[in-house]
Amino acid sequence: MATSVPTESALSIKNLTVSYHNQPVLWDIALDIPAGVMAGIVGPNGAGKSTLIKSLLGLVPSLSGEVLVHGRPYAAQRKRVGYVPQRSSVDWDFPTTALDVVTMGLYGRLGWLRRPGRKERNEAQEALEMVGMSAFANRQISQLSGGQQQRVFLARALVQQADVYFLDEPMAGVDATTERAIIDILRRLRDAGKTLIVVHHDLQTVRAYFDWLLLLNVRVIASGDADDVFKIDHLRQAYGGQIALLGDSESQIFAAPKGK
Amino acid sequence: MQWLDLLSDYTFQNVVIGASLLGLISGPLGCFAMLRRQSLLGDALSHAALPGVCLSFIITGSRDIGGIIIGALATGSLAALTMLLLTRHSRLKTDAAIGVCLSIFFALGIVLLTYIQGTNNASQGGLEAFLFGQAAATLRSDLWIMGAITLATLALLGIFWKQAKLVTFDAEYARTLGMPTTAIEATLTAMVALAVVVGLQMVGVILMAAMIVAPAAAARQWSRHLGSMLAIAAGVGIVSGVSGATISTLSRGLATGPLIILTATAIVLISLALAPGRGLLWGAIKHYRQKEALQRQQLLYTFYKHPRAAQRYRTTFGSRRVLGKLNRQGYLARSPDDGIEWSLTPQGQAAAKRVVATFEEVAP
Repeated sequence: MATSVPTESALSIKNLTVSYHNQPVLWDIALDIPAGVMAGIVGPNGAGKSTLIKSLLGLVPSLSGEVLVHGRPYAAQRKRVGYVPQRSSVDWDFPTTALDVVTMGLYGRLGWLRRPGRKERNEAQEALEMVGMSAFANRQISQLSGGQQQRVFLARALVQQADVYFLDEPMAGVDATTERAIIDILRRLRDAGKTLIVVHHDLQTVRAYFDWLLLLNVRVIASGDADDVFKIDHLRQAYGGQIALLGDSESQIFAAPKGK
Repeated sequence: MQWLDLLSDYTFQNVVIGASLLGLISGPLGCFAMLRRQSLLGDALSHAALPGVCLSFIITGSRDIGGIIIGALATGSLAALTMLLLTRHSRLKTDAAIGVCLSIFFALGIVLLTYIQGTNNASQGGLEAFLFGQAAATLRSDLWIMGAITLATLALLGIFWKQAKLVTFDAEYARTLGMPTTAIEATLTAMVALAVVVGLQMVGVILMAAMIVAPAAAARQWSRHLGSMLAIAAGVGIVSGVSGATISTLSRGLATGPLIILTATAIVLISLALAPGRGLLWGAIKHYRQKEALQRQQLLYTFYKHPRAAQRYRTTFGSRRVLGKLNRQGYLARSPDDGIEWSLTPQGQAAAKRVVATFEEVAP
């Protein structure tokens, strides 16, 4: 925090390129996301949204690129970064409870040998309370609904007390109540000065949720303040023909349903 | 006393201790293998142990357990590595890669085995016992080695419990916390190879996979936590080991290894059927109850809303049983006029009203 300028970037990416089976998935990405914003990553299917997050976190190998978190390389800043993966990335039939999954968020801090004790369990319980799941602490994770599982994942990231959070489609397949609850939590985090970087798929809610946007389709189509980025021209460029415009208002833009 | 004789029998003691050690190590490691969706890895590792056993015999010229363990571990690891490389760098999926490795290594093992048998080396007798195991040939010195491996493996698992659990549940997240996930996963795989080695003498390379899968599969049915799953799996492993060994000794001549596997499989089947919450029987009962509750609600609804039309249900076979039940519970009564037609009692009226209210609340 020595060089704490008000406009410090929470995340800055230079020249990031990722390819899979000789096919570029992300091409020459350069970005600066300011601290304390709720940033949305938006783009069509296959645009590389999840891959971007995964490559930043070192989960997917990149061909080139440099990633700085609050001015220092990611590897040195792991403790300041929280990650909420896609819910479908794990097997929810794993024999454990919601509380135990949240406690896993503290394993990094505990180091190699120390085991989670009462203090860690209390912290996990508090995080569950923040996401409105304290009643389900001892529930088997296989018995939770999709929205509840998503909240457990969110709580697991919350206990990390990170400064920068990456969330991969946290609103996918959850009901409206859960979506609102998640957004409320994220806003509270942002108001506390944290940076949230969220992969999002629903163009309808983009304007309402995010104050910073990255429009992605393998390359960066546009990035910056949400108001500057969320323009029809940019969206056309990102989505190509898959965009349907209803009326003149830019607030009524829908991605055409795409057969997978 | 026949039991006393049995318990003091040197061979029986060895077999029982060996089988218990096998259960103790294969149960917990099988849990990790199963949760990581690598149950078949155990199968491939054990089949791949055969060429190692044969090579060690060719090199050392004896059936010394130390050499055999090293040989089995070497080819087992080689097979695991080949599988990993195949899935990473070719378009083969895990199942195909496991299938390829299993067959190649096992075929190689059989070729080496027949080669050894052709050399007429006197000490080669019984090397083919490693195919199906030869529990009775277990020596006290073998037990010490098996015990040491089991103890070391379980201790390692205990120390790195946190890491093993998180990597098994969510490896990518574990990596973002800075855990060396590849090393942890490799260690877990190597531990499965160690469990296979412990089982070579007891159940042999072909049936060893069952000792990895069966206790874990049974334990998952009864457990809510990873810790209890491991403990139950170890228990299932030990129980099947000991009872298999006992049945084999009492029956004089039935093979121990296969009996151990059969006992373990029986426990799996019972668990799949009966375990509370997850068992098939439990599911069937729940389905049946739901069906009956729905039928009951539908009948009450119909009697309330359309008392005339409801009489048609009287003769339908499925409804007759539920009608009778509603009658016994005091919701329905035969009409006093003809003694055939049903009508709601005051209690039934009240219940029906509640049903109607909930129906209309859901679909106004």
